[in-house]
Order: sequence, then C-alpha cells, then structure tokens
Amino acid sequence: MRVLVAMSGGVDSSVAAALVLEAGHEAVGATMKLWGGSSDRGCCSVADVDDAQRVAQQLGISHHVFNFSEDFDRHVVDPYVAAHADGLTPNPCVECNRHLKFDRFLDRAVQLGFDAVATGHHARVATGPDGGSALLRGADQAKDQSYVLHMLGQKQLKRVILPVGAMTKADVRARAAELQLRTAAKADSQDVCFISRAGGREEFLRARIPLHPAEVVDAEGRRVGTLPAVELVTVGQRRGLAGSAHPPGERRYVVDVDVPTATVRVGSLDDLLVSEVPVGPMSWVAGPPYPDEGLEVQMSAHGQPEPARWSPAGRVLVGRPVRRVAAGQSVVLYRGDAVVGGGPALVA
Amino acid sequence: MSVEIDQPVYLDWAADAPRHAATAEAMRPWLTERFGNPSGSHQVARRARAAVDDAREVVASFLGAEPGGVIFTSGGTEADNLAVLGPLASRPGAVVVSAVEHPAVIQAARASGRETRIAGVDALGVVDPGSLKRVLDGEVAVVSIQLVNHETGVIQPLAELAPRIRKWAPRAVFHTDAVQGAAWLDLAHVTAGADLISISGHKIGGPQGVGVLAVRGGAELAPITHGGGQERERRSGSHNVAAIAGLGAAVAAIEAEQDARRATVEALRDRLGQSLIASLPEVVWTAQPAVRAPGHLHLRFGGLESEALLFKLDESGVCASAGAACASGALEPSPVLLAMGVAKRDAGSSLRLTLGPSTTEAEVDQAVAVIAKAVRELRAEVPA
Repeated sequence: MRVLVAMSGGVDSSVAAALVLEAGHEAVGATMKLWGGSSDRGCCSVADVDDAQRVAQQLGISHHVFNFSEDFDRHVVDPYVAAHADGLTPNPCVECNRHLKFDRFLDRAVQLGFDAVATGHHARVATGPDGGSALLRGADQAKDQSYVLHMLGQKQLKRVILPVGAMTKADVRARAAELQLRTAAKADSQDVCFISRAGGREEFLRARIPLHPAEVVDAEGRRVGTLPAVELVTVGQRRGLAGSAHPPGERRYVVDVDVPTATVRVGSLDDLLVSEVPVGPMSWVAGPPYPDEGLEVQMSAHGQPEPARWSPAGRVLVGRPVRRVAAGQSVVLYRGDAVVGGGPALVA
Repeated sequence: MSVEIDQPVYLDWAADAPRHAATAEAMRPWLTERFGNPSGSHQVARRARAAVDDAREVVASFLGAEPGGVIFTSGGTEADNLAVLGPLASRPGAVVVSAVEHPAVIQAARASGRETRIAGVDALGVVDPGSLKRVLDGEVAVVSIQLVNHETGVIQPLAELAPRIRKWAPRAVFHTDAVQGAAWLDLAHVTAGADLISISGHKIGGPQGVGVLAVRGGAELAPITHGGGQERERRSGSHNVAAIAGLGAAVAAIEAEQDARRATVEALRDRLGQSLIASLPEVVWTAQPAVRAPGHLHLRFGGLESEALLFKLDESGVCASAGAACASGALEPSPVLLAMGVAKRDAGSSLRLTLGPSTTEAEVDQAVAVIAKAVRELRAEVPA
C-alpha cells in the first residue's frame, strides 16, 4: 500500500512511520501546519516540523508540509471560541480529528493517490468477521486515545492505520531510541496546542471575545461570590469557589452556568450527580447500539468508564449516578474495548 | 520511500541556481591548500586579501560602483537588512517599501522601529507611481524598491521611478534589491538611479552564504553587526574568502554570458508557458504582459491547491515552487499576489517555474507533460 503518515514531530507518529515502512508499505510523511498564531507548544511549531523532517530523513522517506491553518481556524479555533461564548466546554482535539486529521488530511491523501493514512494515535483498528472496521482502545490503557477518535466511521476507518495502538508508550519510546530517532525522549504534547502555556485559555479567549464577570449564587439564589469570567466556568469546577462555601468548609461545585445572565450556581457534590446525560448529534462507528444493550460510557479523555445504556431519544442512561459532564464535552459509548460511537453532551 | 529521481527536472532556479563551473574552480584553493584571514598583516593574510579584493573589483564593475563601495555580506538577506537599517542611524524619518518586496526588505523595515509606508502596485505587480507619490515626502529616510520580483519575475521600471523618488523624497537613500535580477540584467545600467544595490551569490551560480551590498556615491551606513570593523566598518566579521572568490568568479561568468543566455532562456520559458496554456484549461499566466525576467514563469491553476500540485510534481521528478513559504515549509498565501489584487484562493493555486542557462528543451517538454498530467489528475480528484 501507499501510506501517507501524519507526522506531528512527536515520538508516536515517528514510530508509526517506521512501523509502516517495516510492514512493507510505501511511506511518505506529512506534517500539518495547523495554527498560524503564537503558541509555545503543540503540533504546529517550526521546531516540531523540523523534528518530523529529521525523522523522515532518518527513515529515508520524503516529507511534506501541508498548510491547513485556514481549515483549522474555521473548524477548530473559531468554534472553540464561539462555544466558550455560549458557555460550553468544547473539546478542540476531537474537532481537529474530525475535520482535519481524518477529513482534510485524509482527503488530501486520497487525492494524491494514497491508499491509507497512518497516525500515531494510541488506539487500534480491527476488521470484524463481516468485513467491517472496529475502533478499539489502545493497548496502553494510560495512553488510550480511542475517546478522541470516536467520530471515525467506516468510511474513515477503512483508510486508517494506527501502528502504535498495539504498543505501550514505553515500547514506543524504546523503539524510537533503538532507531535513534531524535524524538525518542521528547515530552508528550498536552492540553490544547493553540493555547500558550504562558497566557492560558483566559488570555486566548480574552483577546477574541468579551469575558463577563459572573455572580456566584447558591441553590436558594443567594449571592455567595464572584468569578472573573462566566465564559471560563465549567460545570463540576471547584476552582475559585473557596469563598462561596456555605456553611464554610463544605465543598462546593459549579452545578449550573448561565451565560446570558452571567450567573454561576454552586451546590454540593450531590447536586452534581445525574443518572442520564443528553447528547447529540451522535456519530457511530458501525451503527447505533442494540436496544437496551449493556455498554460503558466514558465522559472525559481519561475518565472512568461507567456501565450505561443508550436511549434512542438522545440520552445516555448511566447505571449509577455520576457527576454531570459539562455541555460540549464528548460522551463516548464502548462495547468492551470497542468504541460504539459518541457525541457532545448537551445542556441538561 | 524517499522520492529521488535520478535526473530531476530542476525548475527552481530562483530559489538556488546550480553552481557555475567557474565558481567551484575559484573556491577550491580556499577550501584546500590556501587559507588566511584577510585582515592580518603577513603574507598568508595578504594572499587572502588579494583574493577578496580581486572579487571586489569584479563585483564593483558589474554593479557600477567603486570597489570601496562593495560590502560583502552573508547573503541577500543581510545585504537587504543593512540597506534598510544602516542609513537610519544618521537619518530620521520613515521607511518606504513597495508592497511586493521580499520579506528580507519588508521585515527589516517593520523591525526598524520607524514608520513603514507601503507603495502599492498595479494588477501586473508594477509599482504604481501615484501610490508611490502619496507615501513619499521630505521626511522619508529610506526607499526600497526591488528590481525583479522573486515570485512573478516582474521587472520594476527603476529608471522611471528613480528621478521621481529623488524629487518626492529628496532626503531619502534609495535601495534596490537586485537579487533576482542579477542573473539576467545589466545591473550597472538598470539600477543606475539607486544608492544601494543588493545581490546574492547563490541566485547567480555563485556559492550560498555570500552576498553584496554595493554603495554608490556617499550614502552613509551604520553597521548592523558589530565587531572587528571589517568592510570599512560597515560589516564586521572575518571574510568568507572561499565564498567571496566564488562569487567573484560567478559574476565574471555572468557578465560574459548574460546577453547570450537571456534570449535562449526566454525562448524556453515561453515554450513552457505557452505549451501549458495550450494543453490545460483555466491556466493564468501571472503578470502578463508586464516586463519580466527571462527565467521566471508564474502560473495559476484556477483553484487547484499548490501544495497538492507540488507534491505530484515532486513525485514525478519536477522541482518547482509555489512562491511563498513560511519557516516551517508550509505554503502561505502570497503577499505579492494579494498586493496585485489576486483573490486568496486563486493565489493559493500558484506555481512558480524558474529556468536557467542549463535548462534544456527536453526538460521543458518533460515538465509540460508532467505538469499537465498532474493537473488533470488532481482536477479529476478535486471534490466539487
């Protein structure tokens, strides 16, 4: 096969490229330039492109840079900003996978005559007895990225190779060291690539949308404090609420955020527990689950899976009460190790 | 698999011109048995100094400057930076650049701390005299207008612009970035109205890592690099003797061959452009009918993405460029084309093909076949 490897300049995609070659495929590397603004980290800096280029040289494959920064702005950054303005907690990595890595990049690969794309994600693609593709958790539980790939359907999966998904991160690093790749000891990327460590989310958003101070109220509507920006508050958050405890010393959590009135309601952990989560729109790896099928749900990148069922009315019914998830976060259903599908949590 | 075709068709001369045979010959002694710092005071140093001064005279004659006006730099970018920033130490006032300058000029102007004014261009990329007049006045310190555009190859009418600059900005130093023109034009003649001229070694068959800023008349320049005071205290740093010797040889070769190569390369360039236009629909030849350098061909392929096209050409052994790239190597919408009023999407479908004296007819025909095939394949795959 001819395989286009998405090389971010990190260790996982470096080893992915090496494994594609080892499997006997023809490999070409490509790095996406996604973010045109300033950032001191992430998948789009010149230093990362340099690393990807050097690894490609070491592996003896050619390497190209694709400038998808306009698509990234349109499909990831702008919606991220707009979602915050609406009081949601978006997941930009999910949108990047949906619109960039497995859409724009995949389309470009097909246009250029490639049979498949490979990435360095820790997840596995398997072919079922019916010939359909399944998306499975990565072998390294701590590094599993199947959650952020839940939007992949049959159309994408049949053209996707995830070579490091069957390895532990330690094995990936060992492999990179063995191949003497300069990315072998490079730190994992974390958080949102277009937001700088120095300025953080607040500075990024403040430069783009007006942020409004929030009134913090308790269950009875009594004003118990303030927060600097309602747009930055996430359901379930405890940070910044120390002064609002009533009685003093009790743990308080954000249980509701109302952007139009700039009001944040706080309550106890009990007030945060729910037994169903409205979600949508859903995408399914190979179609929706069976009625009343026993599944598991995961509601954050490394969250604990909980027993759950899917209600076709657009709700995930959780086996025991769980903490509410912020609207905008991905809610992903699993059948054992296999992703069934997922979508963003809606405002309850 | 790394794409390495044995005999690539090299059509990226504006990025780097293959070394002239005379260049390597002139450099070889300075990379082998000869050495010496030209600033020293013994025989080994004197021999090195003689090599530098030999090259200095050749370059001075080519640029229509006195040998004492030739400043050897690390390349075109440093020469442009020195030209924009150097005069400001002794002159208050704004910096004026055209909208289609190379980043080495525009970014130097922006970093100068002075007001940067931009003179607009017309749809062909030629500096608009009306726009130029609006940004010039008695307070302007430096005016920088290129000779040949790096992307489109358009030649600016410097002979017409120079007297206007003198009149509208009487206190200004006038610099021209002649990096892309040096391979093709009689610089002493066509840049006659300029006070400062930059050229780069590797665009004319000389070595990489060497360039020249020539100073005509008495324009005063403060250094931008500080140290031992070489080059009459205008550019510190030990001389790169091998590269300077190579540059001198390349300039001498150019002077001897320029007239002959102009006509042959232009004919090949036209063959390339006309064949592509004849074999493909929706191809636009940028900046036609402006006066262009003979080696430059800039085409736009109606919405096709340059990145995809260059990828296909690379796979088929044709080396070309889209014109503008950022530090990561990613293609950026060309500020040159945007300044000419080309729509962003259209600008993103650019292909710059640049030819040189060793380009052959067979290569041109092969490039036509490869490009036409790639464009057809990509258009068939483009999602509507």
